[in-house]
Amino acid sequence: MSQVSVQDTVLTGIPGEPRLIGGKCPDCDNHVFPMQKDCPKCTGDQIEKVELSTKGILWTWTIQGFPPKAPPYIGETDPENFEAYGVGYVELPGEVKVEARLTENDPTRLRVGMEMELTVVPLAIDEEGNEVVTFAFRPTENN
Amino acid sequence: MHDVAIVGIGMHEFGRHDGVSGMDQGVVAVRRALADAGTQWEDLEFAFGGSKDAGSPDTMVSRLGLTGLQFINVHNGCATGGSALISSYNAIRSGTFEIGIALGFDKHERGAFRVRTRGDNLEWYGESGMALTTQFFGMKINRYMHDYGITQNTLAKVSTKAFRNGALNPMAWRRKPFSEEEVLESTMLSYPLTQYMFCSPGEGGVALVLVRADKAKEYTDSPVYLKSCVVKSRRFGSFEVFSPHLANEFSEGPTVDASKAAFEMAGIGPEEIDIAQLQDTESGAEVMHMAENGFCEHGEQESMIQNGETEIDGKFPVNTDGGCLANGEPIGASGLRQVYENVLQLRGDAGERQVPGDPCTAYTHVYGAPGISGVTILSR
Ligand SMILES: [Zn+2]
Repeated sequence: MSQVSVQDTVLTGIPGEPRLIGGKCPDCDNHVFPMQKDCPKCTGDQIEKVELSTKGILWTWTIQGFPPKAPPYIGETDPENFEAYGVGYVELPGEVKVEARLTENDPTRLRVGMEMELTVVPLAIDEEGNEVVTFAFRPTENN
Repeated sequence: MHDVAIVGIGMHEFGRHDGVSGMDQGVVAVRRALADAGTQWEDLEFAFGGSKDAGSPDTMVSRLGLTGLQFINVHNGCATGGSALISSYNAIRSGTFEIGIALGFDKHERGAFRVRTRGDNLEWYGESGMALTTQFFGMKINRYMHDYGITQNTLAKVSTKAFRNGALNPMAWRRKPFSEEEVLESTMLSYPLTQYMFCSPGEGGVALVLVRADKAKEYTDSPVYLKSCVVKSRRFGSFEVFSPHLANEFSEGPTVDASKAAFEMAGIGPEEIDIAQLQDTESGAEVMHMAENGFCEHGEQESMIQNGETEIDGKFPVNTDGGCLANGEPIGASGLRQVYENVLQLRGDAGERQVPGDPCTAYTHVYGAPGISGVTILSR
């Protein structure tokens, strides 16, 4: 089964080397995610596409304890099979905080300030039989 | 500039009302507000009406009377009701009109708000299991607890207060008190927030008749004056709901900005406010909004709430009608419900939940998607 990105303009390098596509403003160095041309910091409109850092620090987090509504969610929504999952903001130093799924769903194993790195988690199987994945962060081994 | 007074208030019970449309509830609220003011629909010069999911408010003229009044629909996220009010306020303050009505109603589907990201190039955001308001609130309070030492027990106390106050409010949806244990042991929806720490989308309607202040005594012996009315959107660097990214640099959110502007406009400070209705989408929001609105320092809420200071008979009563937690959140009506409660309290008409000591000043605050806040200050 091959892997495909939930949105290849946001999450690229699937399978194998996931990277998030954001933007950087040439006028004020502000970063955005996902990519947009307009800069909410300096009001410019020349933001350029960049690959964001794959490592960062957990800034805050929660655990999604109930199945989100579908649509829009394409993952498991059957309460019998649903497994809680972590969501957090990971601060990429010098860039931006991105909101992402977390691989960890145990509150005792998450804390503000942890080192995190980019990976993917499966969401669903598409009509062609591919595994649709989205981006996620996992605690690094340094924690 | 003219001063503005509220001379009539009307509300349709909040909750779930099968077979009653959102518009029906809005019409009831309007008729009750008109009766309270002792006036008629045909005397109104304008209306601003807000609803997110229950139809175009201006179509209610076919039920209330085709009088030709200026009726403008307002649709402004979670500040929809507050925006109807500020529009009405400015219409009178500017001298354009002497009397009009601000109204809001709503009726939402059950369960957490469904986010529609289609067409915004953000389909992946909802598809990936993010874009939930509940997650935002969980993440905001989790960071806040980390920074300022707020405990989960304090979050539970906010909920038990809300349901206790709701039990005293005949207009409230949830009128059954819960214990702290029941709150803490209910389903964990978005850590650290449990089911009974969250409000639910609901139904209801509220209407407020406003007049130029010099006309107020023609309608009532107990007018309540709108000393300020402010709506603010977010600035760069603030932490808001539905943000796939946040800037690394920090700035205060729209609540802080709206609060400062409202106090400046009213010419008083937070220490002069007797009661407050603060956005409590979940119990952590009430805690954070106490500080963001200037009523205490960050972290002081822990002892204030543990000591009962925000109870109806406490030093600084907060959400005396049960707030969003006990009333639910019909978006178009929610901000106006807070003003309705404050008018009752300032008139001394709040019955079993009346704040003692003849309160003179009252404060309302709404916050919500997409990073918008509305504040009012009222006085007798
Ligand atoms: Zn810029």
